[in-house]
Amino acid sequence: MHFEYNIEGGDFTRAGYASSQVKKLLKKQGVEMSVIKRTVVAAYEAEVNVVAHAYGGVMYVDLDDRQMRIVLQDTGPGIEDIQQAMEEGYSTASDAVREMGFGAGMGLSNMKKNAHELNIESEVGKGTRVEIIMQIA
Amino acid sequence: MLVKEIIEVLDARLLCGEERQDYGVEVAFASDLMSDVLTLKDDHVLLITGLANMQTIRTAEMSDIHCVVFARNKKVSPEMIELARENDIILIECRYSMFKTCGLLYGSGLKAIY
Ligand SMILES: Nc1ncnc2c1ncn2[C@@H]1O[C@H](COP(=O)(O)OP(=O)(O)OP(=O)(O)O)[C@@H](O)[C@H]1O
Ligand SMILES: [Mg+2]
Repeated sequence: MHFEYNIEGGDFTRAGYASSQVKKLLKKQGVEMSVIKRTVVAAYEAEVNVVAHAYGGVMYVDLDDRQMRIVLQDTGPGIEDIQQAMEEGYSTASDAVREMGFGAGMGLSNMKKNAHELNIESEVGKGTRVEIIMQIA
Repeated sequence: MLVKEIIEVLDARLLCGEERQDYGVEVAFASDLMSDVLTLKDDHVLLITGLANMQTIRTAEMSDIHCVVFARNKKVSPEMIELARENDIILIECRYSMFKTCGLLYGSGLKAIY
């Protein structure tokens, strides 16, 4: 199964819609609750990052019996130093983002903790690609 | 602690989840920082917050949090209530400050996460 969801940069009223669809899908498949939570927390952190830090992007979701692969591809400023960005507490979030309850610099490290596999590629001035792989059975 | 007990202790108002007042929470976490809420691993968590926007509800949804208390009369929009209903999240509005809200619940025996 394959799904795609558009993500609008800066749109904090809709942020989380794609991850919510992922949750519904995993529930329908009867995936274990703890795995669902880990998956959607990682997906949501990544989705909020696109909304908070990029101009826009797409969430691609691929699902088979054993694994879910979530790819978030955005157009945006990219990440210069991914290792630094992964550090807990590092954030370049704007005041507007902080007012929404985000921008503590915890998202990427939380994604790392929850995802079974996390791959990040980024090109400065172009965009970022985040891949989350989960074993669901 | 049951939702109906929380409402009584806080002299609070239920915004949605009328039919689920027998739902019980085991621990509570107070924060306006959704990034922090998303790191919690416990089940049956009560979230106490002063942050009232759509992402508060989304964060509860993703974290499997089924009950949220908004302290200090924060304005909860109809869109937030609708999203909460869709996801079986009980919303409670309370006029007390965050400090008093936490103090009353803690004093009634509700446990902290950390
Ligand atoms: N998709 C992205 N595009 C551009 N920069 C990004 C992207 N994702 C993360 N970053 C950069 O990495 C930093 C750290 O990201 P992380 O998710 O850990 O924290 P945050 O989003 O700033 O705050 P939090 O996730 O706690 O709300 C961001 O502040 C930003 O500079
Ligand atoms: Mg983030």
